[in-house]
Amino acid sequence: MTVKTLVKRSEYHDSVRLMLVARELAKLPGVIDAAVVMATEANKSILKDSGLLTAEAQAATPNDLVIAVSAKNGASDAALAEAEKLLQKKGEAAAGEAAEFRPKTIPGAVKSSPGANVAVISVAGRYAADEAWEALRRGLHVLLFSDNVTLEDEIALKKYARDHGLLLMGAGAGTAILNGVALGFANVIPSGPVGIVSAAGTCLQEVSTLLAKYGVGITQGIGTGGRDLKEEVGGIMMLEGLKSLQADPATKVIALVSKPPAKSVVEKVMAQVALSDKPTVVCFLGGDPKLVSAANAVPAMTLEEAARLSAQRAGAAVKVSPEAVERDLKKQARKLSTKLKPGQRYLRGLFSGGTLCYEAQVIWRGMLKEPVLSNAPLDQASQLPDSTHSQKHTAVDLGEEEFTVGRPHPMIDNDLRIRRLLQEARDRQVAVILLDVVLGYGAHPDPASELGPAVRQARELARKAGRELIVVASVAGTEEDPQRLSRQVQAMTAAGAIICDSNAAAARLTGMVVSKGPRRKDKG
Amino acid sequence: MTNKTIADLFGQPLSVVNVGLSSMAQSVRDQKVPVVEVDWRPPAGGVPQLRMTKTGVDIDDANEEVCRRIKQARPVLAGMGIARDVIPGMHDRMLLHAGPPIAWDRMCGPQRGAVMGALIYEGLAADEREAEKIAASGQIEFSPCHHHHTVGPMAGIVSPRMPVFILENKAFGNKAFATQNEGLGKVLRYGAMGPEVYARLKWMETDLYPALDRALQSMPDGIDIKSLIAQALHMGDECHNRNRAATSLFLRAIGPALARTNTENERLAKVIEFIDRNDHFFLNLSMAAGKAALEAAEGVEGSSVVTVMARNGTDFGIRLASMTDRWFTAPAGMVQGLYFPGFTEKDANPDIGDSTITETAGYGGFAMAAAPAITQFVGGTPQMAVQATLEMYEITFGEHEGFTIPSLNFRGTPLGIDVRRVAETGILPRLNTGIAHKDPGVGMVGAGILRAPEKCFRDAFAALGTLC
Repeated sequence: MTVKTLVKRSEYHDSVRLMLVARELAKLPGVIDAAVVMATEANKSILKDSGLLTAEAQAATPNDLVIAVSAKNGASDAALAEAEKLLQKKGEAAAGEAAEFRPKTIPGAVKSSPGANVAVISVAGRYAADEAWEALRRGLHVLLFSDNVTLEDEIALKKYARDHGLLLMGAGAGTAILNGVALGFANVIPSGPVGIVSAAGTCLQEVSTLLAKYGVGITQGIGTGGRDLKEEVGGIMMLEGLKSLQADPATKVIALVSKPPAKSVVEKVMAQVALSDKPTVVCFLGGDPKLVSAANAVPAMTLEEAARLSAQRAGAAVKVSPEAVERDLKKQARKLSTKLKPGQRYLRGLFSGGTLCYEAQVIWRGMLKEPVLSNAPLDQASQLPDSTHSQKHTAVDLGEEEFTVGRPHPMIDNDLRIRRLLQEARDRQVAVILLDVVLGYGAHPDPASELGPAVRQARELARKAGRELIVVASVAGTEEDPQRLSRQVQAMTAAGAIICDSNAAAARLTGMVVSKGPRRKDKG
Repeated sequence: MTNKTIADLFGQPLSVVNVGLSSMAQSVRDQKVPVVEVDWRPPAGGVPQLRMTKTGVDIDDANEEVCRRIKQARPVLAGMGIARDVIPGMHDRMLLHAGPPIAWDRMCGPQRGAVMGALIYEGLAADEREAEKIAASGQIEFSPCHHHHTVGPMAGIVSPRMPVFILENKAFGNKAFATQNEGLGKVLRYGAMGPEVYARLKWMETDLYPALDRALQSMPDGIDIKSLIAQALHMGDECHNRNRAATSLFLRAIGPALARTNTENERLAKVIEFIDRNDHFFLNLSMAAGKAALEAAEGVEGSSVVTVMARNGTDFGIRLASMTDRWFTAPAGMVQGLYFPGFTEKDANPDIGDSTITETAGYGGFAMAAAPAITQFVGGTPQMAVQATLEMYEITFGEHEGFTIPSLNFRGTPLGIDVRRVAETGILPRLNTGIAHKDPGVGMVGAGILRAPEKCFRDAFAALGTLC
């Protein structure tokens, strides 16, 4: 065993770094003990006790660094060299270690980002309310994306939010556009004069993208969550959202869109609408338009109409005339229906957007003699017995819970819808399939790249069985969306799908196709 | 009710906190909007939300008051004295020790060593064997430093004739006490015994203390220790495991007075040398300043903020501002450390000392981001040091604007450990500390870091829960 020391004059390192180097040295083969210290009196006595104090180290001053190693013969020189190398090595952060700090809680996040004003919460439902409380108590507006929040929690959260001038969008609110920023599933919409409050995410996406197609932008897009308009919740957020847009000087026209609210809620909302002079377009899908007109508001029957009327009230020269559109659709439907074989009688809607499924059913209710069955029906009588198997006219909302447990939403993952599309294509009674394609942040990065080939395959399948299968689709999106509207439309068209400008138009077209089928002699 | 309305948000730049799906945060980031992504995990099950006490105290308000007092505190080194004369409750047969209350039979090795050493130093025992007998005999009353406005590093033994610093909190008038720091290596506070230990203690009593005391007497305003801590945090210290800058600042502050009041040059030179060679000389002042600030915040009803964290090498104990006579204890943990040559973790005693008063007061390990030179303790990079500090904001109620961290854009240090936040997040306070040898008589073997044991905080939280 030998003890060797290396004295480095006037070299200073913090003691912690030195201890670390010493620890590394002690691990080297043959090394019995090692010390790397500044040669203070205290350290020299430590060296002495460890048997590491050589005459050379003894002579060193407190400004000198001493590297001392006791090792089996030969190993000490290598250790001293290694020590010098280690001392020169800069602290190297392993990749990822130096990554940005991520706070573990909302209070921590607010502390590290004091300007934070909105929280987007998408944790599992049973934790979501607690997180929403944390956010509200710290003065954050909340987009509560999570489902499965209890109604009691939602009510309490919304009351607190209302009393503190905050938004509590949700639970189950998928979409919001605040100050031009898309949150959740939302599109890139230009800024403009229309403010939207919507109970459902896809409602907001459909109306805002249609506005963009008409060249009209929005101020804010506020989502309330589907349960907001229930009797128990009382439309708290729709009312607060509405008030905020009424007070907002940038908002010139207001659009309210949702499924029909509870009656008491309609009354409250319309009473609030009546308090403002701002033109207000109200679309309670399938609801009674008289209640709307009574409050001096503008009723709209579909989301498309809501967008068009809002655009017009905002002063945009919307060139499309509904009558002309209707004429064109009829012409198109006649042409398409001639291609159908006898027995191809039914339509099948395969939706990723819940409200789009609902809107289509509302439209079909006025068009078709036979009821449209659905897993998310307008009324109980139209309940589809088995969600996984269509019967007659069927509209399937693939975003419903039975399909999304343990798998991504169909706006993100096209798999389930593609399988269903092929399943429908094999059904010889099917005349036409309707798809909604929703673009924007949150959605699949390139849905047409998967849905397009699937449409082609579905039509091929039918063709081999001697039928023509018609596939109609609408694409909710804008040119500025990450997926680019034109690219998606082009890909879908190239695959043989017929693209309509809106879900409502697409629903009407499919409805016309089946009501004009060759075997049907009734009026067209 | 507030005057804030939803419309106030309109037109403001958005800044998003994302909790949950990472894709949601990515979308926001893609739009070039700032987003903080919470590293979320399900909270500890069944943790109730404590907001108000049964007596109607809003816990947040109580904590606000506690933090206000800590921040407002102005601990000044006002003078010195002999423990027996100046520490309330101290008597000739009493030894103060670090940590929560403990009897001789449960004391760890280094604390026993320090007790025996102190008895020899006091002249109550002739040798170690006699000292051990006396210590076990019941003739000596052992009492926690914290019960006497005092803090002691490591074993924390304060014996009647030891000189102590007197810190006065000028904002509130309360006082705190601590001994003079002996240096590193074989020292009493690490449980070392032997002639060199006693000789040093003796010299500190006969030379160091009178010199410092004379100097301080000539300084009517004393020395503002809070200010020195604040400055040292900008010079690479966190004032627990690194006191190099603060010790230098102290020497500068007292230097002229030392020169004026001490006529014997060689004696004075030894005093200056002693302080200069001990990078941790300031630690005891840093600790006593923390104690002076925290004690002023005690007694606020309903507060969930911790005002004492201390260890005796056997137990770790905490106290809340609202429950000042109640210790919540758990077994002391093991330190993840770097060791002096010749020692390994096998030699280490569990966590020991009152020095965690620094973390409690908003510096020490909580200000790790201010001390890049000792980042090896937390993994080696300055970024890791920053993250160590950032994590502590999660469990603290406030921020100490008086103590700022340059690398965090001069943000105040995390202040006021809130047991509710610890219970809710499961994040435990990070502590910096020295390591004592587990056997009596050996001394310091290294330094390192660890987290406070969860049980103390859980129990304190449960106790608070019974009041809510």
